[in-house]
Amino acid sequence: MTDLLPLIAAKYNYWIYTILMMIGLYAMIAKNNLVKKIIGMNIFQTAIILFYVSIAYKKGATLPIIMGDGHGGGHGAIQAADYINPLPHCLMLTAIVVSVATLGVALALAIKIYRQYGTLEEDDINHQIRMQAGQ
Amino acid sequence: MTQHFPALLIIVPLLSALAVSAMGWIDRRWCFPLAVASLGGALAVSVSLLVQVMAAGPIVYQMAGWSPPIGITYVIDYLNAPVLVVVLAAAFLNLIGAKVRIEAEFEEKLGAYLALYILFLSGMVGIVATGDAFNLYVLLEIASLTGYALIGLGKERAPLSSLNYLFMGTIGASFYLLGIGYIYIATGTLNMADISNMMPQLMGSGTLFLALIICMTGLFVKMALFPMHGWLPNAYSNAPSASAGLIAPLTTKVMVYAMVRVGLTIFTPEFTFSRAILSETIVWLAVGAIVAGSLLALMQRRLSRMLTYVIVAEVGYMVGGFWLGNKTGITGATLHIINDAAMTLTLFMAVSTITWKLGSDKFEDLKGLFGKMPFTMIGFVLAALAVIGIPPTCGFFSKWYLITGGIEAGQWGFVVALLFSSLVNAVLFFRIFEIAFFEPFAEGHGHHGHGPAMSEAPASMVAPLIIAALSLIVLGLYTGDIVTKLIQLAIPAGIA
Amino acid sequence: MRLLALIAVVLTGGLIIFHTGDLPDFGDPNSPASTHLSPYYLEHGEGDTHAPNIVSAVLADYRGFDTMFETTVVFAAGLACFFLLRRKTEPGDKPRMYRHLPTGVTLRIKSGGTFPEEDSTEFRRMDSHFVPHQIIIKNTCRLVIPFIQVFALYVVAHGHYSPGGGFQGGVLLAAAIILYAISHDLRRSIHRFSEKVAALSGSLGVFIYAGAGALCLLLGANFLNYEALGPLLGVDAVMARSHGILIIEIGVALAVMAVIVWIYYNLSSAGKHDEGL
Repeated sequence: MTDLLPLIAAKYNYWIYTILMMIGLYAMIAKNNLVKKIIGMNIFQTAIILFYVSIAYKKGATLPIIMGDGHGGGHGAIQAADYINPLPHCLMLTAIVVSVATLGVALALAIKIYRQYGTLEEDDINHQIRMQAGQ
Repeated sequence: MTQHFPALLIIVPLLSALAVSAMGWIDRRWCFPLAVASLGGALAVSVSLLVQVMAAGPIVYQMAGWSPPIGITYVIDYLNAPVLVVVLAAAFLNLIGAKVRIEAEFEEKLGAYLALYILFLSGMVGIVATGDAFNLYVLLEIASLTGYALIGLGKERAPLSSLNYLFMGTIGASFYLLGIGYIYIATGTLNMADISNMMPQLMGSGTLFLALIICMTGLFVKMALFPMHGWLPNAYSNAPSASAGLIAPLTTKVMVYAMVRVGLTIFTPEFTFSRAILSETIVWLAVGAIVAGSLLALMQRRLSRMLTYVIVAEVGYMVGGFWLGNKTGITGATLHIINDAAMTLTLFMAVSTITWKLGSDKFEDLKGLFGKMPFTMIGFVLAALAVIGIPPTCGFFSKWYLITGGIEAGQWGFVVALLFSSLVNAVLFFRIFEIAFFEPFAEGHGHHGHGPAMSEAPASMVAPLIIAALSLIVLGLYTGDIVTKLIQLAIPAGIA
Repeated sequence: MRLLALIAVVLTGGLIIFHTGDLPDFGDPNSPASTHLSPYYLEHGEGDTHAPNIVSAVLADYRGFDTMFETTVVFAAGLACFFLLRRKTEPGDKPRMYRHLPTGVTLRIKSGGTFPEEDSTEFRRMDSHFVPHQIIIKNTCRLVIPFIQVFALYVVAHGHYSPGGGFQGGVLLAAAIILYAISHDLRRSIHRFSEKVAALSGSLGVFIYAGAGALCLLLGANFLNYEALGPLLGVDAVMARSHGILIIEIGVALAVMAVIVWIYYNLSSAGKHDEGL
């Protein structure tokens, strides 16, 4: 147990993202209301984005924007350890845009479902479908 | 220009999708010709690439001029060249076959529909052609988003089915993204070839094993492997028939291709098949998929729903064949990707033609179809024979490889499941033949000599169907060439 | 069902957490992710592309192909929302509310009655959800919107030197238009920036991006290799890459702005483009 605490302290970012991801996944599976499911989907994707961004961090490093000392010459050698890793940030720009696009399409489908069934609760919708199929 | 063909494969559909969408607002008559021309052009490029690969070996194309692993590369090798041809041919034939349907159902939004169609296709083409793991995720998401929209405007329950598909698809794609994140943590690179170069040093890595499980779980959800297949029957049977003919043959097969690519190229075969517990579990899942798919298909009363459960079983064939771990099994799985795409295309195009003329696909409405729509039923019969696995159609050969591979690996459960499913498929399809052939049309009560009058669908719907059906026989006859000149060369040497 | 979901979720989470022992520490500069590939981007990024913001350089140049597909995803989402939701409604479908400006009287005209002219100066159409005292909101937003747009253009243009770029700038531009639509009226916003313009601008934005890459292809280099644009623009290879990044960022900003406004139009009015939020 004593070496669990340093373990958590050193890798707490992974614990955070896992807990967030599981909250999102639970909401997507277990909730009844369609909008709550959509929000759960958003939380799930955001947790993965946080995971990637946390990979990029280096202790004591700054943003990956190379500040020039003057114009043109005399930059000196750029130490990679002074700047955080830019690649996961670039990848996650893509992932954020994709999650927003998916959110848009999900909301459009939810509007269509609401127009058709009059409710956004999944058990009410299934009840209506069974009633229609039974006729 | 020929050295730029891998890029043209993507540019031509993408630019034409933009043009089609713009034309939808300006002058709608240009939309359909543009779409057909772009798909035809991409198909020609892919055939030329296949010829190039067979002559000279794999092609590596560096996007933006940066060499790997700094930039993104597209790799056309023995594994994806034939799959590219099949994907593009399926989309092209389906577009021509569905012309009448699309113009009738989506008159106002024709530009938007065709643009979504072409974007879906370019996503699929990109997944097959790419050599970068993250690029595969982005293309997966394009294909998924356009798929949700193409399915969403269908029959009564289409929006709800599409939303359920959206949730499951997002879980699958996000798990894949998470798996790539784990690979990135362990190796530091995203390029497929680069990762496989670093694999020998990282054989015992727990991180990479977890990455393999997570990646595979994500892909299994997207290909509807049992028990995560719940979204597929609703989504495909409630979709408009033109979309179903595009999405059904392509999505699951391209996901199986992605699984093969991830298993063979990213995680080299030594790593993928090194933990017996993983391979065994997945083969048993595949057995469950085959059995469940076949049994559930028996219970259906609508033709399109029955076919979706047949797809679930076919996915089980391919996944089980791959995870057997031996050369015959992987050959069978890869061959089945090509064959199953052709079979599913023919089946769904036949169903689309039938519903166009009859309005419904319930079994009791299919009476006397052999007399009324002979050409459609010829195509349907050929595809049904391929699914059952009768030579010389292509379905027989891939099943042969899968069964041989199962016997070699000692997975008797898999072999028994394959034989069981062949029997069930025979029952399923012969039941339909019986209804369509032997039961006379109700109005022909007094006319014993006359069959029902022939009222076939328009030629633009039937001609691509016949071409697709004939391709099943052609693929079957050329199986030897396909296997020896393409697939066997694609499998890395390390497998028994 | 909920219990089953809870068990599945706890098991999955437990499996993932159990394996965190293998992963590098938080902030470790010697992890494989930080030492294998990314030092190349940091050390050579500015020299290769004249863009001090390495994230922009990676996004738009080294991995520009991904970004092109990302823009296509945004465009596909706009198409999807339009395809799923858009429906044309007849003017007589719902009762409408009009305000007679000289007297301040509000009229509610049921379906089947005659509506005033579109450009009538005496009657102004109102939304069914009545919002009183709009004068503060309206005028504050009218003052703020131009500054938002200028700032958005700054973000797009300075993607090389500060955090920013096409996506961020495009979203800000769209936010300005959506602010106008919320504070005033959806119909007035559609009148100024119509759906057809939005759809065509979206296509144009992605076309600028893919077209710039195809132009490089036609000039002989690989797809999206901006060095081929050097002779065309009259600069050397490295500056050509910098200009190439700027061109595609403009394309991205245009596409993102148009598509987000298009999605807003369709979602907020459930496809009818009649009355918004």
